[in-house]
Amino acid sequence: MLIRSTPDIPSSEITPEAAYLNRRDFLGRSAGALAAASIGGALGAVLPSRASAQGDDDKLTPYEDVTTYNNFYEFGTDKADPAETSKGFKTKPWTVKVDGLVKRPADYQLEEFIKPHKLEDRTYRHRCVEAWSMVIPWQGIPMASVIKALEPLPSAKFVQFQTLFDPSRMPGQQRPVLQWPYTEGLRMDEAMHPLAMFGTGLYGKTLLPQNGAPLRTITPWKYGFKATKSIVRITFTDKMPRTAWNIAAPNEYGFYANVNPEVDHPRWTQAKERRIGEFRRRATLMFNGYPQVASLYSGLDLRTNY
Amino acid sequence: MPFTLPLALPAKVAAFQPPKWTRWLVHAGCALVVLVPVGALASDLFGGTRLLGSNPIKEGEHILGEWTLRMLMFTLLVTPIRQLTGWNWLQKYRRIFGVWAFVIGCTHLLAWAGLDVEFDWADIQKDLTKRWYIMIGMAGWLLMVPLVVTSTSGMVKRLGKKWVPLHRLIYPTVVLGCIHFFMALKKDYEDAIIFTALFAVLFAWRIYMSVRKRAAARAVAA
Repeated sequence: MLIRSTPDIPSSEITPEAAYLNRRDFLGRSAGALAAASIGGALGAVLPSRASAQGDDDKLTPYEDVTTYNNFYEFGTDKADPAETSKGFKTKPWTVKVDGLVKRPADYQLEEFIKPHKLEDRTYRHRCVEAWSMVIPWQGIPMASVIKALEPLPSAKFVQFQTLFDPSRMPGQQRPVLQWPYTEGLRMDEAMHPLAMFGTGLYGKTLLPQNGAPLRTITPWKYGFKATKSIVRITFTDKMPRTAWNIAAPNEYGFYANVNPEVDHPRWTQAKERRIGEFRRRATLMFNGYPQVASLYSGLDLRTNY
Repeated sequence: MPFTLPLALPAKVAAFQPPKWTRWLVHAGCALVVLVPVGALASDLFGGTRLLGSNPIKEGEHILGEWTLRMLMFTLLVTPIRQLTGWNWLQKYRRIFGVWAFVIGCTHLLAWAGLDVEFDWADIQKDLTKRWYIMIGMAGWLLMVPLVVTSTSGMVKRLGKKWVPLHRLIYPTVVLGCIHFFMALKKDYEDAIIFTALFAVLFAWRIYMSVRKRAAARAVAA
C-alpha cells in the first residue's frame, strides 16, 4: 500500500459547502455600492475594511484554488500550467534516496519512507514570496521524526532536498528557466522544528502532482519557494546547500526565506499579502504568524539573511 | 534599391478601399479589448465567477498590461503596411490605435494602483521612488500623455511640422514598456522576448526606410 489511509479530517475543519460558495459574498454585497461610487479614491472608503476582511480569519482556501493555482516550474511557469501538464504524472513506484552524513543511507521506496511515521492533519497558512497566500489542510509526517529515524551524523548541519529531474515527465524542465534539478535545504534545527513536515496529501486526498506529489516539504513560516516538491533525494551535509531560487536571483531570494513583513522583496512590499479568494490585502505576519520559530533565529540579522 | 514600394499587388487589392463604417468597427474592437478583461475582472470580484482564475486582480492587471503593448504594436504596424501596400487610407487608423493604447494603459495603471495596491499612497510612493520597474512603466505611460493630447485633427494641423517629431515619443514609450515587462517577470522571459523581437522588427523597418530615403536623396543630389 502506498500511503496509509488518511484519517478523516474532522468535518468541523472543512469549509462547509455553503461557506465555500459564498466565499466572495462580502464582496458581492459591496458591489452595488461600488458601482455607485467612482473608480477613484472612493474605492478605499466603500470596500470592506482590512479589519473586517480579516474577521473570518484563516478560512480554508478552496480545493479548486489550491490545486489549480500553483508555482511548480517543473510543470510550466504559468500558475495554471502545473494542473494541466502534470496530468498522468506517475508517482508509483517512487524512490527517495537518502545519502550524505547519515547512518542509514539507502534508496527507500516511498512506502517504507512514510510508513514508520504518524500521519497527521495540519492546517497551515501558506505564503508565497509573490505576496499571495492560502490556508491549506495538509496531511503528512513530521520531518523531525523522519530525520531522527534516519540518524544523521553529528557533523550534519544541513539537510538538502532535491526534486525529480526528468524532462520527459516534467515538461517545464525542457527549458532552462531554473537550474534543474530544483534543490532546497534547511538548517538541521529548522528541519527538526515541530512545525516542519513532509506533505503527502491535502484536503484528505493523496497529494496531486501539481502540489508536489508524492512527497514534498512544508515549512509554513517560510515563503513557498522554500518547499521542495516531488522529492527524490535527501542529503545530509555540513555545508549550506545551494538553493534553486538563490542560484537564479541571489539578490531577491535568500537561503532562509523566512516570511518577514519588514524585509521587502526588491520589487515589491512583503508587508501585505492577498489571500486567494479575498479582495483586500491583509497584513503579513512575522514568520507567517508562527512566532514559535523565532528562537531559531535569535542573533541572526534577518535583513541580511533574507 | 532592392525593391520598390508599394509592392506590385494585384490591381484589385491595391485599389481596396474599406467602407466608412470600418472606422467604427475598429473603435468597437479596441473597446472590446478594454471591456472584456475589465468585465471579467468585475465579474470575478463581485459575481464570484472564476473567469480569470484564482488571483483575478493580478491576472487582469497582466492582461491589460500586455494589451497596452499589443495596441502600441498595432499603432506601429500601420506605417509599414501602408508603405508595403500603398493603402494610404490606413494612416487614419494610426491615431485610433495610439489613443486606445493609452486608454488600455490607463486601465492597467488603475488596476495596479486601485486594486493591487489599493490606493495605499505610502505603498505607491515607495513603489514610485524605489522600484525601477514601476518607475519605468510609469515613465512609459507619462510619455503617452502628450501624444494623446495632440492626437486630435485640430492639434495635428496646429502643430504642423512639429507633430511628427513629437510623436516619435512612441519609440521611447515602447522601449520603456518592454523593459517594464522584462523586469516584472520572474525568470521566464519568453513572452517579453517575443514582444521585444516583434517591436525590434518594426523599429528595424523604420531604420531601413530612412536609410533608403537618404540614399535616394543623395542620388538625386548627385
